[in-house]
Amino acid sequence: MLFPTSHQTDSPARVVITGAGIITALGQGWKANAEGFRAGRTAIRPVTLFDVSRQRVKVAAELDLPASLPSTFLQPRDLRRMDRAAKMLLLAAYEAWGQSGWSPSEDLPVVLGTTSGGMTLGQDYYRQAIQPRHSHRRQPTRVLHYQPQRQALDLANAFGFSGPITVIANACASGANAIGHAWELLRYGRAERVLTGGYDALCQLVFAGFDSLQALSPTQCRPFDAHRDGLALGEGAAVLTLETLDYARRRGAEILGEIIGYGAATDAHHLTQPHPNGDAAFASMTAACETANVGPERIDYVNAHGTGTPLNDTAEAAAINRWAGARAATLPVSSTKSSIGHLLGGAGAVETVICLMALREQWLPPTSTLQTPEPACAFRVVRQPTDASPDYALTNSFGFGGANATLILRRWS
Amino acid sequence: MVVSNIFVCGIGAVSPAGWGTAPLREALARDEPIAIKEIVQPGWPHGLRVRPVPPPSPRPAFVSHARLRRTSAIAQQAFAAALEALGDDSHALNDGSFRLGVVLCVMSGCVNYSRRFYAETLKDPATASPLVFPETVFNAPASHIAALLGTSAINYTLVGDPGTFLQGIALAADWLMRGQVDGCLVIGAEELDWLTTEAFRLFNPKIIVSDGAGALYLKLQPLGQAPIRVGAITHPYLFSKKQTRSQAAHLARAELPPGNGAQLLCDGLQGVARMDRDEQLVWNDWTGERISVKRFLGEGSMAAAAWQCVTAIDALERGSYSAAIVSIVGCNQQAIAAQFVKSQ
Repeated sequence: MLFPTSHQTDSPARVVITGAGIITALGQGWKANAEGFRAGRTAIRPVTLFDVSRQRVKVAAELDLPASLPSTFLQPRDLRRMDRAAKMLLLAAYEAWGQSGWSPSEDLPVVLGTTSGGMTLGQDYYRQAIQPRHSHRRQPTRVLHYQPQRQALDLANAFGFSGPITVIANACASGANAIGHAWELLRYGRAERVLTGGYDALCQLVFAGFDSLQALSPTQCRPFDAHRDGLALGEGAAVLTLETLDYARRRGAEILGEIIGYGAATDAHHLTQPHPNGDAAFASMTAACETANVGPERIDYVNAHGTGTPLNDTAEAAAINRWAGARAATLPVSSTKSSIGHLLGGAGAVETVICLMALREQWLPPTSTLQTPEPACAFRVVRQPTDASPDYALTNSFGFGGANATLILRRWS
Repeated sequence: MVVSNIFVCGIGAVSPAGWGTAPLREALARDEPIAIKEIVQPGWPHGLRVRPVPPPSPRPAFVSHARLRRTSAIAQQAFAAALEALGDDSHALNDGSFRLGVVLCVMSGCVNYSRRFYAETLKDPATASPLVFPETVFNAPASHIAALLGTSAINYTLVGDPGTFLQGIALAADWLMRGQVDGCLVIGAEELDWLTTEAFRLFNPKIIVSDGAGALYLKLQPLGQAPIRVGAITHPYLFSKKQTRSQAAHLARAELPPGNGAQLLCDGLQGVARMDRDEQLVWNDWTGERISVKRFLGEGSMAAAAWQCVTAIDALERGSYSAAIVSIVGCNQQAIAAQFVKSQ
């Protein structure tokens, strides 16, 4: 029964991460990405997936998919029907699933965040639908497989589990909201394990959309730089296997880290622009700290939303300054979007995995393209890959529509 | 048995029957399907048969709001349903202390502007409209609703097949029970477009696609303080390689509390045999009254799921039923059911 349930607990469960999968333009898997961030590499390059000759900006953090997909319960026919986004999601999930040591189950919820689902299939559908010689060939498959719930079902079929599917589409906060929602399901006793994450693939519609808004950088994406002029789009996915600490201990799982806080708030200022004071960002960071029962003084690293647009970074800087208070002067903050671009619905999940990497491997990823720090930043923007000893990391994700979400992770030791 | 104290404190609807719950109720009472119209698909010689939402009369004042002026139908219809459901509590938002959560559920979402923007992109991306693109995003309607109502509380847009609407109710109930919000709107909405209409036609040309929105306004209240409570929402049973649509539908029904002749069934049958078969079989032995809103209003996807719930609750408020069941056997994801109960 989804509702009502007797699972509400007075003492919320602790939630740990036992598997993490990631794919970005820096590479496939934890190792390739960790090496990339530790080296401060940037993976932004000319777009080859679609025609950008008439676009103002012609680069993005496009990734190379492997020639073949991993072996799962999916049949070759299933794999052939998958679009780029679904493949990325499967690759990230495969890594996380393998690391967790999970086995198939009849009651495993999936919570995913995305903005576009299988939009490339939607585009293919439209282009064929407007042809003068109307053909329905492959159109039904496109209709079914462009929908995000189909991609979640593919995961269930790939790994042989079943359970409620929740797809959150809160624009660029989707991935963080998905992990936050999964965290709440576990924390309040609604499940013992949840597969969660976020994903989005580059597609022409979205690329043209951000370009039309002049939100893409025509030079170089430089978050928190005084001369920043826009973001770079990217693509990828990250998937986490979350479980309650009790469940993980019962099965002797290796614990990679702990999620201890989640906050969300809505910015009603404008559909695409944050309130200049970053009120909702401040609210989501504050709410996350309240659920985590830690204050800014305990946070050792902030992975900012940091898109590189003039408006976002000013508002986020104001929010971080206000939230951190005296801690701001020594607080390390960076935006990894300088390396892998903005992954939209995948961003929150990928940046959560980056925080997990930083906590486990004890380093801080840089804002690798920063030249002249934005004077509004009262905090220290990490400019070089840095060895450090963070115990707590906070990650922000903000999106169109005023969706704001914050997650806090703790190092597992 | 855990008893819920999540109450439905308001309902709202925009449907092919008109703007409001009353036109929906009256259309169902007339027992006649809403008239079918045709929309044009470029390059296709035949019209596509649909049941669209009629223009509002009079035009609601909120449509002139800066946030809604340029939106497509889905945002305006979703907001109208939300406002009706919220009723007098919309005034409670004025002092800023009332935390109103929003759960918007969609399947196709903002398809008008997505199609339009992509058409502009294919023509020449250099001139594609920056005003249109932001309205293509799934959560644009939920953002507009939050902005117009002045709420900064948690706000999710869920995407899935129509059963997702019942998941949205369960999510809102969780937020209320954990004290994260003081009230929560759950809205299901879709808008008509030739693109989605053609897509449905690929699966069955008899499907009559429609659009609109429906909304429930939920609050946590002491038992007996409001007339209708959310009694139960079953587990969502996925359609998968291991579980057919028919099996999933059976499991959802089996999980519901036992029904009886004093209860109303609001099912998802639309009068298209192949689409209805699995749900029809599951509820074949139902002896109580039943109503199939999609037979009258068309396949409104997530909006239709919301109309089923609105109709169930409206009937409980006005009729002699003790409870109403909503059955949703979705398109491509899950079967799920809910029971709403009249307080004694």
